Amino acid sequence: MSNIITNTTPNAPNFYDNDPQSELFTLNLGPTHPATHGVFQNVLQMDGERIVSGVSTIGYIHRAFEKIAEHRPFYQITTLTDRMNYCSSPINNMGWHMTVEKMLGITMPKRVDYMRVIVMELSRISDHLICNGILGVDTGAFSGFLYLMEEREHIYEIFEEICGARLTTNIGRVGGFERDFNAIAFAKTRQFLKKFPPILKEFETLFNRNRIFIDRTSGVGAVTPEVALGYSWSGPILRATGVDYDVRVNEPYSSYQDFDFEIPVGTKGDVYDRFILRNEEMWQSLRIIEQALEKIEKEPKGIFHTEVPEVYLPPKEDVYNKMEALIYHFKIVMGEVETPVGEVYHAVEGGNGELGFYLVNEGGRTPYRLHFRRPSFINYQAYADLSKGMLLSDAIINMSSWNVIAGELDA
Amino acid sequence: MGKITNQQVLAQLTSNFEGNFSNVSEPYGLLTFETSREDIMQILSYLKNDKNLSFGYLTDITGIHYPEQENALGVIYHLHSLVNNVRVRVKVFIPVANPTIPTATTLWNGANWMERETFDFFGILFEGHPNLVRILNVDDMEAFPMRKEFPLEDPNRVDKEDRFFGR
Amino acid sequence: MVNAPAGVEGSGFFATSLDKVIGLARSHSLWPLPFATSCCGIEFMATMGSHYDFSRFGSERPSFSPRQADLLMVMGTIAKKMAPVLRQVYIQMAEPRWVIAVGACASSGGIFDTYSVLQGIDEIIPVDVYVPGCPPRPEAIINGFNNIQELVRNESLRRRESPEYKALLNKYGIQ
Repeated sequence: MSNIITNTTPNAPNFYDNDPQSELFTLNLGPTHPATHGVFQNVLQMDGERIVSGVSTIGYIHRAFEKIAEHRPFYQITTLTDRMNYCSSPINNMGWHMTVEKMLGITMPKRVDYMRVIVMELSRISDHLICNGILGVDTGAFSGFLYLMEEREHIYEIFEEICGARLTTNIGRVGGFERDFNAIAFAKTRQFLKKFPPILKEFETLFNRNRIFIDRTSGVGAVTPEVALGYSWSGPILRATGVDYDVRVNEPYSSYQDFDFEIPVGTKGDVYDRFILRNEEMWQSLRIIEQALEKIEKEPKGIFHTEVPEVYLPPKEDVYNKMEALIYHFKIVMGEVETPVGEVYHAVEGGNGELGFYLVNEGGRTPYRLHFRRPSFINYQAYADLSKGMLLSDAIINMSSWNVIAGELDA
Repeated sequence: MGKITNQQVLAQLTSNFEGNFSNVSEPYGLLTFETSREDIMQILSYLKNDKNLSFGYLTDITGIHYPEQENALGVIYHLHSLVNNVRVRVKVFIPVANPTIPTATTLWNGANWMERETFDFFGILFEGHPNLVRILNVDDMEAFPMRKEFPLEDPNRVDKEDRFFGR
Repeated sequence: MVNAPAGVEGSGFFATSLDKVIGLARSHSLWPLPFATSCCGIEFMATMGSHYDFSRFGSERPSFSPRQADLLMVMGTIAKKMAPVLRQVYIQMAEPRWVIAVGACASSGGIFDTYSVLQGIDEIIPVDVYVPGCPPRPEAIINGFNNIQELVRNESLRRRESPEYKALLNKYGIQ
C-alpha cells in the first residue's frame, strides 16, 4: 500500500563470530518487549545463559522532536516535551517553561514556584512508582505493581483537577499556570499525602526484606562512581553509586532552596540500591509536597502567574474589553513577541536524571535550535558494555532498574 | 553558587591557551567560548584533567547548523565541574565540505552516543569514534535531517490535501 | 453474565447457529497483544490496573507472543524504523486476528507529521477499530475494545476465507 517498507536491518553486531563450531548464539532482545519498557533492541551474543557482548539499537520511536521544535512557537513546544518522559510529563513541561523564562529574564512569584514544586514532585512520585512496580514485575512479583498503579490513579486525578489531562499533561504556561489550583486540587493533594504513605510502607514491607527479591537484585549490575561519571550518568542510577549529584540541590530552580529535604545516596550501585533509593526519593518527595502546601498557605492567595503581559496571555474578559489586552493576546498567539537573541541551557532534575534544554534563539517566533539533553538516552549507552558477563535474567532486571523511557530515549 | 568563578576559569584558559580560543561570552551566566577543531582535544582534556578546574562531567555534545556562515556546522560541548559546580560551553565550527572533528570518546565514555546522534542529525564525522553509524534514524537514510535544508514533513505523503493546510 | 443469542430452547438443549456461539465465546476471551510503544502504553497499563480493570472483559492474559494472541493492540507512535517489525508481528499472528489502533499516533500519525513517523498504521496493516485520543482515556480504550467485541461477536465464520478479505490482505501485500 505504501512504499515505506525497506529492508532496514539494525546496526550489525560488531562481534563477528564466523566459527561454525563456536558455542555462542545470537539472541535478539526486542524491540517488541513485553509492554513495559519500550521499544529498543539489544542483539546479544550469548554463551549459554551468559552475555558475551551486545549491541543496542534504538530509534524505533524516533519522532524528530528537535526538528519539530524548530517549526513551532514556544508555547506549542510544551506538548512536545510532554511526550518525552511520558511517565512524568509535568517535570518536562516545567523544565521547558523555566528555560524560556530564563531566556526572557522573567522571574516567578513564590507561590507559582511552590505550585510548580508540588506538580513536579507528584510526577516524580508517579515516575518512581512505575519504575519500582515494573522492577517488581520483572522479578515475578506482580501484586506490588497493582497496588502502586492504584496510587498512580490518585495522582492522575490531581493532575486532572489542575489541567484536565491525566498523562500528557501540558501543565502550565511560560509565566505560570493557566488557572489556579482549585480547592478540590488542594483537597485531593492532602488526601493523597494521607493515603499514600501506608501503601508505600506496605510496598516496602513486601519487597525490601524479601529474601527472593534481595537474592535477585543484590549485587546485580553494580557500578562504580568513576565508571558512572565517565558515562555521564545522572539521576537515581548515579546517586545509587554514591555520587550525590542532584540538580535540585546543585543549581536550585523554582525555589527548591527553600525546601528542607535530603538526597538519598547509595553505596554499591546495584539494582537493590537503586530500588531502595527510588523508594527513599518518594518519601522525600512527600516531604517536599507537605512543605510546599504549608508554604502556599503563607503566600498571598490567588497568584498563579507572573505579571508579564507580553508573554502571558491576558484573561479573556480583558481581551474582549480592553485594547491592550487584545493586542497582547494577538501578538502572543501569532508569535510576534520579541524574544532576545541568545542561547540558554537550563537543567532540571527529571525522573531519570538531569534533563537539560539547550535553546538557541535568533529572535523569531520559533527557536532556531532546541536540543533536549535526555537522561535516558545518555544513561542507556552504557548498557551494552555493562551487560558483558551478566546472566540474561540479571541483565533484564538491570535494564528495568535504569528506568529507560523509550520516548525520552529517541525523542 | 560555584566555588570558582567564570573569570577564574577564563584566566586559567587564557594563561594556557592564549590565542587558541575566541568569542568569549557569558550568556545567562554560562561561560561560552569558541575554538577550532585542531585545539579542541587539548582544551577538553585540559578542562577535564586540571586539578583546579576538573570539568570531569560531560553534560552534552550536540550540533548546530548555520547555513549562512562560512563554517556552517557547529559542535557544541557542555561541560560541568561537579566539584566546583561550574558549567562551561565550548563551540567548534567546521565547514560542511569537510565536517571532521576528533572524537571525545577518548576522554569520556559518555561521548559515544552523543556523537553518534550528532553525526546522525548533522553529518559531522568524529574521527576515531569506535562505531560512527546512525543511531536514531533508519540505517539507510542518506540525508542529515537536522540540517536546515531538510524538510520536516515527509514529502512523499499523498493523502494530505493542500486546502486544509492553507497551501 | 452475557445475554444468550437468539435460538430455540427446550428442556436440556439450546439450538442456535454456530456463528453466534463461537462469536459469543470469542468475544469474551480475546487475548490481546499489547504492542505498546509510547505514552498510550502507559494509559494501557492504567487500564490493566485494578482501577479500570481490563481483564474483566476476558483479556486476563495479555500475550506477548503473536502466535497466541487474537487482538493486536497498537498503542503509541509507530516510526518508520518500527514499521517492518509491526508488519512482521502482524503476519505472525494466526487467524482470526483483529487490530485496534489506540491513540492518535497509531491511527494517523498524531501530532508528529514528520519524516520519521508512519502516518497511521493502516498504511501497512488492516485495522479494525481506531481509538482517538492523545492518550485516550482508559474508558475510551475500553470502549474501543467493546467495539472490537461487537465485531467479533457478529463476524461470520467464513470471513477469513472470503475473497473480500483476501483482497484486503493483498492490498497490504500480506499473503
